[in-house]
Amino acid sequence: MSGAHVSTTINGDAVEFACPQDESLLDALRNRVGLTGVKEGCGTGDCGACSITLDGRLVCSCLVLGVEANGKQIGTVEGLADGDQLHPLQEKFIEHAALQCGICTPGFLVAAKVLLERNPDPSETEIRYALAGNLCRCTGYDKIVRAVQAAGKEMRKQNKKKAKKKKKK
Amino acid sequence: MRYEAPTTSKAAAELLAAEKGKAYVLAGGTDLLVRMKSGMLEPDLLVDIKQIAKMREISKTASGFRIGAAVPGVEIGEHKALGKAWPGVVEAAQLIGSDQVQGRCTIVGNLCNASPAADTVPALIAAGAKAAIVGPKGRRTLAVEKVVTGPGQTALAKAEIIEYISLPKRAPKSGDAYLRFIPRTEMDIAVVGAGVNLTLARGIIKSARVSLGAVAPTALLVADAAKAIIGSKLDDEALDKLAAACSAACKPINDKRGTIEYRTRVAGVLARRAALIAFERAGGKR
Amino acid sequence: MKQDTNFTNQEFRVIGTRVKRPDGIDKVTGRARYGADATAPGQLVGMFLRSPHAHARIKKLDVSRAEKLQGVKAVITSADLPDEHCGGDRELLNILENCMARGRALYDGHAVAAVAAVDATTAKKALKLIKIDYEKLPHVTDVDEAMQADAPVIHDWVYTVGVEPQPNKPSNVSMRAQFGHGDVEAGFKEADVIIEKSYKTGQTHQGYIEPHACLANMSPDGSGELWVTTQGHFAYRNTCAQILGLNMAKLKVTSSEIGGGFGGKTHVWIEPIALALSRKANRPVKVVMSREEVFRASGPTSSTSIDVKIGATKDGRITAATSECRYQGGAFPGTWALIGAMTSFAPYDLKNVQTVSYDVVCNRPKVAAYRAPSAPMAAFAVESTVDLVAQELGIDPIDFRILNAAKEGTQSSYGPVYGPIGIGPTLDAAKSHPHMKAKLGKNQGRGMACGFWFNFGGQTSTTINVAADGTVNLSVGTVDVGGSRASLSLICAEELGIPYEQVKAHIGDTAALAHNDMTDGSRGTFASGMATIVAARRTIEVLKQRAATAWEIPVEEVEWKDGCAHAVGEAHADKAPLSLAEIAANTENTGGPIAGHNEFVADGAGVSFASHICDVEVDPETGSTRVIRYTVIQDAGKAIHPDYVEGQFQGGAAQGIGWALNEEYIYGDDGRLQNPGFLDYRIPVCSDLPFIDTQILEIPNPNHPYGVRGVGETSIVPPLAAVANAVSNAVGVRMTQVPISPPRILAALDAESA
Repeated sequence: MSGAHVSTTINGDAVEFACPQDESLLDALRNRVGLTGVKEGCGTGDCGACSITLDGRLVCSCLVLGVEANGKQIGTVEGLADGDQLHPLQEKFIEHAALQCGICTPGFLVAAKVLLERNPDPSETEIRYALAGNLCRCTGYDKIVRAVQAAGKEMRKQNKKKAKKKKKK
Repeated sequence: MRYEAPTTSKAAAELLAAEKGKAYVLAGGTDLLVRMKSGMLEPDLLVDIKQIAKMREISKTASGFRIGAAVPGVEIGEHKALGKAWPGVVEAAQLIGSDQVQGRCTIVGNLCNASPAADTVPALIAAGAKAAIVGPKGRRTLAVEKVVTGPGQTALAKAEIIEYISLPKRAPKSGDAYLRFIPRTEMDIAVVGAGVNLTLARGIIKSARVSLGAVAPTALLVADAAKAIIGSKLDDEALDKLAAACSAACKPINDKRGTIEYRTRVAGVLARRAALIAFERAGGKR
Repeated sequence: MKQDTNFTNQEFRVIGTRVKRPDGIDKVTGRARYGADATAPGQLVGMFLRSPHAHARIKKLDVSRAEKLQGVKAVITSADLPDEHCGGDRELLNILENCMARGRALYDGHAVAAVAAVDATTAKKALKLIKIDYEKLPHVTDVDEAMQADAPVIHDWVYTVGVEPQPNKPSNVSMRAQFGHGDVEAGFKEADVIIEKSYKTGQTHQGYIEPHACLANMSPDGSGELWVTTQGHFAYRNTCAQILGLNMAKLKVTSSEIGGGFGGKTHVWIEPIALALSRKANRPVKVVMSREEVFRASGPTSSTSIDVKIGATKDGRITAATSECRYQGGAFPGTWALIGAMTSFAPYDLKNVQTVSYDVVCNRPKVAAYRAPSAPMAAFAVESTVDLVAQELGIDPIDFRILNAAKEGTQSSYGPVYGPIGIGPTLDAAKSHPHMKAKLGKNQGRGMACGFWFNFGGQTSTTINVAADGTVNLSVGTVDVGGSRASLSLICAEELGIPYEQVKAHIGDTAALAHNDMTDGSRGTFASGMATIVAARRTIEVLKQRAATAWEIPVEEVEWKDGCAHAVGEAHADKAPLSLAEIAANTENTGGPIAGHNEFVADGAGVSFASHICDVEVDPETGSTRVIRYTVIQDAGKAIHPDYVEGQFQGGAAQGIGWALNEEYIYGDDGRLQNPGFLDYRIPVCSDLPFIDTQILEIPNPNHPYGVRGVGETSIVPPLAAVANAVSNAVGVRMTQVPISPPRILAALDAESA
């Protein structure tokens, strides 16, 4: 087994790691970079717990090889908050009790962020289908969908404020 | 295992040709990595084709569209012109897995995985799509229905790679559609799939292609089903004949996803529904 | 422990508020550490080799080549696990044998060997070097087939318990049990209508998203540590120590954050083997199950086959009811059918009732608890039949249930006489719920069903430590599976009279607290909550004493109110109240650190009832079923944190809906599991479900100071039947088998029209 040297950017920081060429990006992120917020629920792309963004696209990191991350931009749950400022999705997930055990939460947050960036005001159905690749066994999804709706509302409010400020300038 | 990411199709083919062990093409990896994880596959070489610029493009050509082998589902969904011309094909591509899987999966991967239940294959067959193949002996083109020869088996020779799928130009007064049945609303493998592509002349179906998935060892192009609706305005009688022809063509198995009886019956139901959508898209009025 | 105030007048300061959970930020930032998230210096990777056969004799097991592979530090087979530590205890032996096959593989996925190596690549290579000669044996995976006289008998030591005369031949039926009262024969004679029906349910898995994982760190001297995802770290410690021959106190078990359990993390699987590997290698060993291993080799729930017979008079009174519950328990004897029989008719007030259970051994993984274990299947059979009887009588199913509902004073079908219970109120609430009156569209149907769960109290130990600044650490020993640290902090704050934010709750490890039973039986908030109340009240006694010392007055003249000590009486008008923080700052001078603790058996768990309403739409051409509206009405006794009570209602309902429609272990003729993954073991995805409405009723449990009842499990009991009744009403054909899959619906429609 020959190893690979990978240079990548994770949550905005340059990161280098070495891994076997057949190792998944999920394993590399967890075991070599130490980002254990990326969870393994199945390892086969069926549960979404390992969701990350790869050059801005939502993917399951278990279905990507570590070596494929070379030269790419990776986003994980660890990069969601801005310093001590939680992302609105993180705030709303806590506020709406959208997690019980919390193992699926990192994947849901990453997937919901991609959704709200693409579609700032999704319908309930759009939210449900966009999150269909993330399994949750605790909540029945009710409070998760409500938290995403609330976060969308909050983000739209924030964006409006930002746009107003820009206009004033 | 060795991982290579060449930047040209030729280099990719050469790498595959030179490998003495087990070599596989890595596009989206959504099937390949699963099989590697389970231990079903132990490759000696993976050739990642995502660095090959040509394979990363969807292009509009004089004769239609070319969808590169490494274009992920999400980009197929975002291509407005393609979606307008071939909504059935695009819908089929979008049905594969979750948004996460869409970020990686490719229609060529879906085809070469050679599962009888692949979602894009019936839609592509109905569309009359062709696979552009590059290999050590040069290039060739193969109709999509000829690519898969059996479960897990393709007509590709060693070191041959599909470079892109070409779709014909959308004919006037024509439309396509693809429907599949799954028990849940998302994330399942098709229990039955049906693709229909048809063209009208003066409101009557002039030509049609009907294809079924997950009801036989490979996706079927059902000539009798097309015959059943050609010359009709898709009236109920034609639809009944279409459904009957589809059910008659099924050679399914009992497995964890469905029964022989179920698949046989629902093939007709879905073909009927897909035909109605394609007919409407073609501008037909019943 | 009795309630000490009138419930209806009890006023709470923080109980019932929807505060943010204390572990929230850790869990939304990825910092929370679950089973697979711990590492230790020099840790090895542990992996298992598992049987590909449903039933096989292991003729030869040669691990020598694996042991010789560079990087392999330990290989374990049953030869390394002597049975002497079990001391002849059959239950323990079964656990040991389930963790590692002993001469025979009893199901597809049964562990036969394990290795620890420097990395995953080496471990995988080592597994391939292990040579096993199997001799395939006849197998049986279906419960009804396993009961046939010609079925292969799996164990030569299993004789049916509970039958007279005692059998002289081994059998797959490990136990027969019977419950009930009255004279059912006479009761059926009084009936105007009798409905008798047979039902089957598929085997389902808890489907927690986090696979089993642990990090074992053992020294050859028998002391060690285990970091593990579990619902009960004390039970894990005890079992691991017992079967490995360790001293319990020398093994410290820490429960990680748990990524779902639902009963599936109440039993050991990989943990004793991880410890054994670590002991042999003298290095830390981490073991993480793959999802495939979780499905093949953890503890799903029973598949079942159940007969129900109910007789009633024209005016809607049930005169007699019987059930026969046959439950498949996997490769070792269990008591799952017995529980099913006990719960069968629990919601009803019956003069004549008899339930019989048969627990059956099959070549499938050893069954474990799954949320209200065994009750959903029995409720499916009973509640379907109840609907049929109501239909036959021309009475609205909800009125029929109200007419026959159990109440305070009813003798339950399983024996005890009920205290105040919530079945009547949940039914009344369902009847008047807007959902019940909403119009249905084409191809839509509505169903309802009731459910019951016992709930459990159990051994509990809790400690409160007061810090010098007046903030409070609450250490509990029940694993937090769904937000209980928030509820328990609320209880602690309520009792001490301090803000919620001043309390920090932790799950104590096995060295920090005395024994705690597992988080099962919906006991987390009930039992640890009750223990917290006692511990807090004891802490207050100490605080009062300290204030008295500071004030130099008798403690009898000190009162605790709103988080402060108050000196009572005119004589002390000059004394300003002393806050908890002020007292805590002065402990050096008043007698030392302040703590309160409680160790007890939390008796008096109140039974819990629910009524669910479900609307479905069925595509009659494909059999596709969508749940379009769902309402859960359940008695919580007292909702400490309503968000997480609702969460339990919704989560259980969703699991039940998955069970009703899609989830099922599918075995091939070869006895191998065909769908060990989330692709084909189809749990509900987000787009499968509507919002799940909830209504919390509060019929206080008289045995708890606040009236709390367990709330975690009951919600999974009614959905199978509620969905089945809804589908049956939508398509006009009675569905008697779950999952109610599309092929089954079309087949039933065909059979009806034929």
